Order: sequence, then structure tokens, then C-alpha cells
Amino acid sequence: MIQLNNVTKVYANGVKALSDITLRVRKGEFIFLVGPSGAGKSSLTKLMYREELPTRGQVILNGRNVVRMRPREVPHLRRKIGLVFQDFRLLPRKTVYENVAFALEVIAAAPRDIKKAVPSVLKMVGLGGKLGSLPEQLSGGEQQRVCIARAIVNNPLLIIADEPTGNLDPDTSRELMNLLLDINRRGTTIIMSTHAWDIVDAMKKRVVALSGGRIVRDEEQGAYGYEA
Amino acid sequence: MRLNTIIYYFREAFHSILRNNWISFASVGVVAVSLLILGSALLLVLNANHLATGLESSVEISVFVRDKASPAEVRDLEGRIQSLPEVASVEFVSKERALEEMKRNLGDKKDLLAGLEDKNPLPDAFRVKAVEVELVAPLARQFEDLPQVDRVRYGQGVVEKLMDLSRWVRTAGLITMALLGAAAIFLIATTIRLSVFARRREIEIMKFLGATNWFVRFPFLLEGIILGLCGSLLAVLVIYFGYQSLVSNLRFSLPFMELITDPGLIQLVLEGILLLGLVIGALGSMISMRRFLKV
Repeated sequence: MIQLNNVTKVYANGVKALSDITLRVRKGEFIFLVGPSGAGKSSLTKLMYREELPTRGQVILNGRNVVRMRPREVPHLRRKIGLVFQDFRLLPRKTVYENVAFALEVIAAAPRDIKKAVPSVLKMVGLGGKLGSLPEQLSGGEQQRVCIARAIVNNPLLIIADEPTGNLDPDTSRELMNLLLDINRRGTTIIMSTHAWDIVDAMKKRVVALSGGRIVRDEEQGAYGYEA
Repeated sequence: MRLNTIIYYFREAFHSILRNNWISFASVGVVAVSLLILGSALLLVLNANHLATGLESSVEISVFVRDKASPAEVRDLEGRIQSLPEVASVEFVSKERALEEMKRNLGDKKDLLAGLEDKNPLPDAFRVKAVEVELVAPLARQFEDLPQVDRVRYGQGVVEKLMDLSRWVRTAGLITMALLGAAAIFLIATTIRLSVFARRREIEIMKFLGATNWFVRFPFLLEGIILGLCGSLLAVLVIYFGYQSLVSNLRFSLPFMELITDPGLIQLVLEGILLLGLVIGALGSMISMRRFLKV
């Protein structure tokens, strides 16, 4: 489903973030992306949703060459990808319901579909009773659930989660991982970058370890660690 | 386009305008003032041209005949004038008729001319109309060379002065309008820039949610257009009512100054101003979107 062929990324300031990365992700996989800060985890995921373009190499997503995609096709690519961030990125003045509905409004979905989809997805992430709350009235774990609901409301093929548990305590993190696993079981591919070694070790999923912009380890049912 | 998407665009645009209320107000004001000046200058030029055309078409050449000329010589002169192809009509005004007309023009002060009947100082004259206005001046020069012609008179200078005025107003109006128009575009661009900054977080989220570029841009374009239109609407109202009262006032105080009252032409001017306001608004927001809304 995702294919990176010999991808190198050098930023305009000369920093080489990724060198010669080749990676294949199958549909329905759950992949942990581990590595020290600055190893290139964010650069790698940014290439997938075309926030950045590779300096060399190919990025193929769902059969489409992302690099050669015209700018006006990019929004349609992003509708197939749900993004989850460490800092949630919710709109502070909109309610939980409005934050999730926003994901459908900006892609000009029909009001009828929005009214149907938003409550059911919020119920699924366990926030069925908080539709009218503002983000500041929620705990960190709940805010991250809103963020996940927003990411999946549009039925994406892929979820890219960038350290989603980075701001959460261990118990809340475990609940969140169960939610992500649940979503993964329904067929959505998930790529999650993380520093939470306990979670990685417990879940026994594929682990891709990055260091210095290179893949140093790629193991099915792997454990945390980025030493070669 | 869905109705609720359109509602979304307008809601976002109005939210931004209200959030930046002071600068929005300022940009509307500058658009209004610049278009007001443009509109007034335009009406002034149109009216100057209108008056000039009116004057030109009524310009007559008066050819005064020498006092010593015999009736035969006068008839000969009339024939010569009539034979010129540029001449549209010739009318002979005898010295007696000229005196009568002068008496009539003086009205109750006609006693001033009493006793002049025997020693009429006025000359015989021909009133000549040219086929075209441009021919008046060369024709007048031609008449000066004819025998028995004393003096030739026509509205020298008046038409030219009016045309000069109209040219001057046009230039000054255009320069003022260009400067103020640039200021208006700049202010609208600044307003939009503030709106973009106020909503940059939202814009970022919209982009990773897969909103198209135009979905992100459109509320800002709309905001600029609304500001431009509000300004031009203000200008149009002031010009419309100002001009109406000017026309009705002048009708009494200066009845010979005939201003343009053709509603079609005035409507065209006002529509043009509205359109220009729209263009100024759109231009201002596009400048800011180009620089601050990388999508």
C-alpha cells in the first residue's frame, strides 16, 4: 500500500534527514516507527502525506506516485490519510462535535452524512456523552480521542500517528492503544511513531527503527530499540 | 457547490470582518473615499464634455460688414459666403434688426438706446453656421480675408478653456484615484493578512484534513470583496444623492448650466464604481493570499 524506493530527503538548509530509505507497508499493517529524536521519523511520515517532497527516490501511496502528483490533487490524497498528533491540534473554540464535523465540512460533505457519522464515531472512541464539551474541558486522553475520531470519521485507508501518547500518562496511553488496535482490526493501516518502549514491547507489532536518517532495523513482532 | 458550503464561506468571511473591526472599517473608508473622488471626477469630466459639445454646436460666426459697403457689395459678400461648402447656413442681420434685438435684450433698460435710430452705430452682419464644429475656426479666418468684411467674431477661447478644464480634471482625478486606489488595495491586503494570521492554526488543520486550496482561500477572497463592495456602495450612495441635489439646485441658480441627467449614463457610472470596488477588494485579498497563504 505504501512503497518508498531509495528515498533521500535533504532540507533546504542542507540537513540530510533521510538517506536511501526503502520501505514497504502492506494494507492493514500496524507499524511502530522508533528512533531517537532527529532520526527522521517525522520526515518519513511527512513524505507520505506530501507535506514534504523527497530530494531523490519515489513515494507510492495506494498505487499513486505522490512525488509527481499535481498540487491540486494533494487534498484528495490527504482525505485518504488520518493524522493524529502529539499536541492534538483541536480547534479550541469549537465543541467536540464541531471539531469532528469540521473534518467533513472542509471536504464539503453533505450535512445529512455529517449528522450521522459524527455521533457514531464519537461513540466508538468512547466520547458519546461529551459532544458539546470544549477541548479545554477534557482530559489529555479524551482530547486525543477526539483527535482520533476526527482522523477516522472520513474512513481513511491509513492513519499516521505522530507520538500520540507523548503527552499522556501510562494508563491513558494503554487505553488509547487499545482504541488504535481496534481501528486497525477493522482494516485501517496504522503507522505510529513513538518513544514509548513499553507499548512497543507489549504489542508485538512490526517495528521499523530509524537512526541518522537510515533504517537500521525492520522486524515483524519486534521490540523497542534502535541499535543496529 | 453545496448550500451549506456557501453559508460556511460567508460565515467565515463575516467572522473575520467583525474580528478585525477597526481595520475593516478603515479599509471600507479608504475604498469609499477613493471611489468617491473617482466618481466625482468622472461626472465632472462627463459634464464638462457635455457642456462643451452643447456650446460648440451653438457656435455662430458673426461676420460684420464695413459701414461704407454698398448694398450690391453686401449681396456679393453674401453670395461668396454661401458658396463655401463648409457653410451650413447664412442669415443676414441688418443694422436696424440688430438694434431691435438689442432693445429687446435690454428689456426695461431699452431707454439707453433712445435716439440712436437716426445714428445707428451697429453694423450690418451675417450670422454663419458651419457644417462641423471643427470648421468654425478656419472658416472664421477665411472670412477675415473677404472684401468689405470689418471684423469676424465667434466663441474664441470658451470651448478650448472648457476642454482644458476637462483634461485637467481627468488627469488630476486619475492620479488621485490611482494613489488612493493603491492605498485601498494595500489596506485590504493588510486586513486579509491579519485574518490569515488569526486563523493560521485553523488553516493548518484544514490542510491536513484535505480541504482543497480554494476551500481554504475562498472565505478570505470573499472578505476582501465584501470590504471593497461596502466601500463602493458607500461611495455610490454619496455620489447619487449628492449629484441629484446638485442637479436640482443648479436648475434654479444657473439654468443655462445644463448637467447630464440621462439616468442610463449615471447608472453606468455607478455600476462601474461598484465593479471597481469589487475588483479592489479581490485584488487586495489575492495579494495577501499569495504571500501569506501558502497552500
